[in-house]
Amino acid sequence: MSTLAAPPLRPSPDRKQRRAMKSPYPTWFFLPAGVFYVILFLVPTVVSFYFALTRWTLFDVEFIGFDNFVQFFREPALIQGFVNTFVYAFLTSGLKVVLGLLLGVLLTSQIVARGYLRSVVFFPVLVSTIGVGITFKVLLDPFDGMVNQALAAIGIEGPGWLTDPAWALLSVALVDVWKGVGLATLIYIAGIVAIPQEYFEAAKVDGANAWTNFWNITLPLARPATVTVVILSLIGGLRSFDLIWAMTRGGPGYTSDVIASVIYKQYQAGFFGLSTAGNVVLFLAIALLVVPLQAWLNRKRDDE
Amino acid sequence: MISRRSRRTMLAVGASGLALGLTLTGCSTGGGSSDGSVELSYLVDNAESTVATAEALAEAFNAEHEGEITVKVDTRPQGAEGDNLVKTRLSTGEMADVFAYNSGSLFQALNPDQTLVDLSDQDFVDKFDENFVKVVSGENGVYGVPMGQSMGGAILYNKDIYAELGLQVPTTWDEFVANAEAVKAAGTAAPIIQTYGDTWTSQLFVLGDFANVLAEDEDWAEKYTDNEAKYVDEPAFAGFQHLEELGKADLFNEDFASATYDDGVRMIATGEGAHYPMLTFASGPLVLNHPDAVDKVGTFPIPGESAESNDLTVWMPGAVYIPKSTEGEKLDAAKTFLAWLATPESCDIQAESSAPQGPFVVEGCELPDDAPAMVTDMQPYFDEQRTNLALEFLSPIKGPALEQITVAVGSGITSAAEGAKQYDDDVTKQAQQLGLDGW
Repeated sequence: MSTLAAPPLRPSPDRKQRRAMKSPYPTWFFLPAGVFYVILFLVPTVVSFYFALTRWTLFDVEFIGFDNFVQFFREPALIQGFVNTFVYAFLTSGLKVVLGLLLGVLLTSQIVARGYLRSVVFFPVLVSTIGVGITFKVLLDPFDGMVNQALAAIGIEGPGWLTDPAWALLSVALVDVWKGVGLATLIYIAGIVAIPQEYFEAAKVDGANAWTNFWNITLPLARPATVTVVILSLIGGLRSFDLIWAMTRGGPGYTSDVIASVIYKQYQAGFFGLSTAGNVVLFLAIALLVVPLQAWLNRKRDDE
Repeated sequence: MISRRSRRTMLAVGASGLALGLTLTGCSTGGGSSDGSVELSYLVDNAESTVATAEALAEAFNAEHEGEITVKVDTRPQGAEGDNLVKTRLSTGEMADVFAYNSGSLFQALNPDQTLVDLSDQDFVDKFDENFVKVVSGENGVYGVPMGQSMGGAILYNKDIYAELGLQVPTTWDEFVANAEAVKAAGTAAPIIQTYGDTWTSQLFVLGDFANVLAEDEDWAEKYTDNEAKYVDEPAFAGFQHLEELGKADLFNEDFASATYDDGVRMIATGEGAHYPMLTFASGPLVLNHPDAVDKVGTFPIPGESAESNDLTVWMPGAVYIPKSTEGEKLDAAKTFLAWLATPESCDIQAESSAPQGPFVVEGCELPDDAPAMVTDMQPYFDEQRTNLALEFLSPIKGPALEQITVAVGSGITSAAEGAKQYDDDVTKQAQQLGLDGW
């Protein structure tokens, strides 16, 4: 077997030294950041695992074991919330990958006003999500909104984008894509620019056209960018809340509720233990999905 | 079991996490000022009319007690965010010296017996309406002084449209539907206004119907608290059924799914709509934004099966409370302030600084003569004692998801039966969270 031929792995003195030399700063330099990390992240995380097991009114804490989790999974909006969350996450991250890649290719090619177009595509990323949500809520109003008025001008009767149960979640997802595709594009531009030009020159010699260039060179070599976009937008989609809350508040009824908005409503209702349990569930659900996915995507990359 | 000490520590850790954001933004409580007078902080929500009223009250009170007591108004957010802020500040002992908050089920969630100062030994308590005393009492005391007026949860109607079409104020549900159909046939206005752009406005057909529920079964509220009465069963089911019926009959305004509360007030004022089921606090925006329509918008109770029992469902005003963290000379000053709030002088200032929404609940307080028609229409029901408290004042349970459920039923997404079932489940959750017996 070929692996036997590989040189034996042993910690060389050289390697040991390198580890010790890794950071030029003394350890206590990390202390301030560490303190903030512990106080603002680790402590609340650990404490929330405790409060998830209690009935908590802010005045009283009563330990009730796993009742909150049982209750949380009985939530009428929860099934819908889970389905919506996954539809939303996969839809937005899928569209961001496809559109981000296409825009990335377009904006790295020799086109007129490239810099201007790049900034136009990136601009929505800079705007506050709540601002975007409120703006689109106005634009998508079924009667006075600009979108439906524009559609009416060409003789199409637009749906109630945010008030029709069949459209509400989809509308919010599309706005999310509009807002987030700039970041995906940016990552793809960086990935595509990093591909050495020699490949394209060699392909030209072989007589490849633009399509084969894209399919056989750009796409496989932009893989790290794809992995980053998929992971980032999937996590973002799974825990997405602000845009949905600003645009529909999970409505009409429960039709565009996601897990995060179900949790928020419980918090609003004063069910602090229950909503903490929901947060623990969300935390675990995202971790269980994203950690293996990341490992899988990275392993495939290493294999190549 | 966790020891009391460690429970308190855990509580403090959790609460201080929540409180961190608040203290960072500087919710300081004022101390005594240099001239020897006592300074009281008075926390109210940041609604424009609330703040205006609070400022006017503080000014008048400060003028009367110059050199002794100064009241300073602080504000907090409204809605659920404000509720959580009040709970957090109470539980950490960081509350303002006096504060205004809801009465009824939201008030019960403050653990009044543990966190508030008992006022039952004060003389002014005898001047309050009996119903009001009920909704600011815990097991061991009376805690609040009324702020503002009571209000009705009823149907606002446009009197011009009624005059034009020769309609009579309905006393049964069938008459009401017939009136709505007549408006629809005339084609000039929306028969019934619904405004699901603000989801909370969708609850009135269920909550405002409660007087009719009590008319059929006067012990319904106790049975409900004891897990013996449900919304899936009559008589309470009627509210959901009515909502479904009206939606199916296509009696709502065309843009019901996206219209907002402000749109609703505008529509009823201008005659774009004929009926709007709403709380009479709509008189505030009505007087402010449509002063010429003040006498055009009237009120009648939500009709039920029978004309005899057509009572008005009434919401009690919020109240002003003193937290246990107020002590010593501040406590005395706070009691002086609360006693003054219960005088006719204070009522007059309240009625002047923001439009009245219903009768006062303090003896000796009168509404001004120019009160909106919406409010004066309610007076006969109070005089004839044909009023009943809303459910949230008779039971500590109110499911938090009712507004989403009523939006879904009104929009035809879910059926009335399914909606009522969902609400019963929602209520069960609330009751369990409150730790009530029998759930």
